[in-house]
Amino acid sequence: MRHVISLLIENESGALSRVSGLFSARGYNIESLTVAPTEDFSMSRMTIVTTGSDEIIEQITKQLNKLVEVVKVVDISEAAHIERELMLVKVRATGKDREEVKRTADIFRARIIDVTDTSYVVELTGNQGKLDAFIGAIDPALILETVRSGVCGVGRGDRVLKV
Amino acid sequence: MVLSGAEILIRCLQEEKVEYVFGYPGGSVLFIYDALFQQEQVRHVLVRHEQAAVHAADGFARSTQKVGVALVTSGPGATNAVTGIATAYCDSIPMVIISGQVPTGAIGQDAFQEVDTVGITRPCVKHNFLVKDARDIALTMKKAFYLASTGRPGPVLVDIPKDVSMQRCEFEYPKEISMRSYNPVTRGHSGQIKKAVQLLLEARRPMIYTGGGVVLSNAAEQLTKLTRLLGYPITNTLMGLGGYPFSDRQYLGMPGMHGTFEANMAMHYSDVLLAVGARFDDRVIGSPDHFAEEPRKIIHVDIDPSSISKRVRVDVPIVGDVREVLDEMIRQIESGEARPNREALAEWWKQVEEWRSRKCMVYKNSDEIIKPQFVVQKLWEVTGGDAIITSDVGQHQMWAAQYYGFDKPRRWLNSGGLGTMGVGMPYAMGAKLANPDMQVACVTGEASIQMNIQELSTCKQFRLPIKICNLNNRYLGMVRQWQELFHGGRYSESYMDSLPDFAKLAESYGHVGIRIDKPADVEGALREAFTTHKDELVFLDFQVDQTENVYPMVQGGKGLTEMILSAEDL
Repeated sequence: MRHVISLLIENESGALSRVSGLFSARGYNIESLTVAPTEDFSMSRMTIVTTGSDEIIEQITKQLNKLVEVVKVVDISEAAHIERELMLVKVRATGKDREEVKRTADIFRARIIDVTDTSYVVELTGNQGKLDAFIGAIDPALILETVRSGVCGVGRGDRVLKV
Repeated sequence: MVLSGAEILIRCLQEEKVEYVFGYPGGSVLFIYDALFQQEQVRHVLVRHEQAAVHAADGFARSTQKVGVALVTSGPGATNAVTGIATAYCDSIPMVIISGQVPTGAIGQDAFQEVDTVGITRPCVKHNFLVKDARDIALTMKKAFYLASTGRPGPVLVDIPKDVSMQRCEFEYPKEISMRSYNPVTRGHSGQIKKAVQLLLEARRPMIYTGGGVVLSNAAEQLTKLTRLLGYPITNTLMGLGGYPFSDRQYLGMPGMHGTFEANMAMHYSDVLLAVGARFDDRVIGSPDHFAEEPRKIIHVDIDPSSISKRVRVDVPIVGDVREVLDEMIRQIESGEARPNREALAEWWKQVEEWRSRKCMVYKNSDEIIKPQFVVQKLWEVTGGDAIITSDVGQHQMWAAQYYGFDKPRRWLNSGGLGTMGVGMPYAMGAKLANPDMQVACVTGEASIQMNIQELSTCKQFRLPIKICNLNNRYLGMVRQWQELFHGGRYSESYMDSLPDFAKLAESYGHVGIRIDKPADVEGALREAFTTHKDELVFLDFQVDQTENVYPMVQGGKGLTEMILSAEDL
């Protein structure tokens, strides 16, 4: 099962490698991992997308909690939550493809944020499925580069991850 | 008060009442050694290899409840220390390791004797720090000692670049420490404890299974009280030996791969299993699938939540300090009405006694050739069963665990988790320094002892009269045993050729060396070592039976009940 784990961690050098090291040392999967400081600069927030059985996910959260620098861990996918991912795609945009890419971008409510006479950079935000669908909708031969940020997540409503 | 980083570091050790630092100097720690030189409170033990420094500090910690401290230089000093650190980590031993580092400006430049010590040790420490400013040393050291000794204990490494140890700044040692990201739970949930007590009292085939956590939290007294109050059978793991007195009737011996028939059968066929400070390790329960075939309720008490429901599914998890939880269990039982089911218990004990009557620990002694088990039994007799026994890893370790009946905790020091050969002598060094009035013996083998044999020199310098009982069978015994049983008797690289004359080797270091060839001479040699040569290190080189195997045995991956009790079972 796919899970989205959010955690708050002391914003110290080496903190990220403690988390990533834990996953590789114990053979857990990381589908994506994003991290950046929060409004409180002494702390970073990490969102980890992982897969595993219930037992494995339980171990992952326990092991994360055990890291000395980790302040709090929540499996936000246990309840209603929102996930977003940012993607930048550089596509070849010449001839009739130029119009086609623009149309597809509009359908996905993506934005074109860089234009040259031969290329576009398309910016798209959404859940992973939407981003995958956009990639699927574009002729693979046109794609020059794809950059994805990995998933950010937050619980809906009153569910707040804070110290 | 303005001090150098090195002086601050030493002041921190003084504040933490550190008596001994085990270490080895080098370029990056010269200022620290200089500060060490100019005071007398913290004493330094110069080992002959950094691995032994960490093991000795570890042995010091295991035999007391204090934090062990080791000091090594950068680069190879730190990498040599890694095995020692990993050993302590696997057995949750409280330690602080200080390593020198190249100057901050040189970090990342592939400088002489530079390694990423924090990176290399990250997976085998509870936590580690790289101190980049002398003003952070005091707080970091305070945190290091706090982290090492609280919650589930473990080694903490502090890496100090050379320029930081030179930098001068104001020193003040923090009195209190609190970390928002680290708050170990010590009090168990009272509702869970209530559930556990109820389950325990309703049990028809109860079993108590305890591990190193009981020793680490100094809960032997509570464990003994609870076990006697309930009247249930109990087993202590390799790490938990001495947690409950061996000589007591309720004690069934050690469980697991080389555990007793009765302990393993009782573990397997119990209907309620109380696990305390133990982790259902593969060497204890064998195959978890086989273990799960028999339905039983499991109560698991541990300070580390990640140890619970890791290898087996637990019905009543209790996170907390073992001692506090056991205290609360005793209180609840004593204040409640319910008592164990006497009839069911009598029936269960009948079954347990039947298992015990198989006498699985009996071995065939000989007048001709020394049996290793016999040496351990004699060692127990000669030391009155109250010595601190350290061991290395292999057959001798199992025989020491099986045949030296430990009645008290912190008497048995061995590398249970990592299984590190070479810990025996350094453990004995640390233990002897911590307990100068106690008898300390290292039960080892001719292969293990050679992994840190250089420490004979340290023992001479610091006058450590430990007794080394070398069960010399000229083989990597445990490897040979597995090759005999599972690899068609092809003894690939397990024969120890070109051995030194250990007695003469010990003598060349200035110690006493005795070679023993006959069973009749075993006791005499031991008595000589512990009386005539009481104040000297004695190396007893016992020439033991080369073919002896450790039984009972549960083959790796098999179930607890699938035991080989003796060679006849093969």
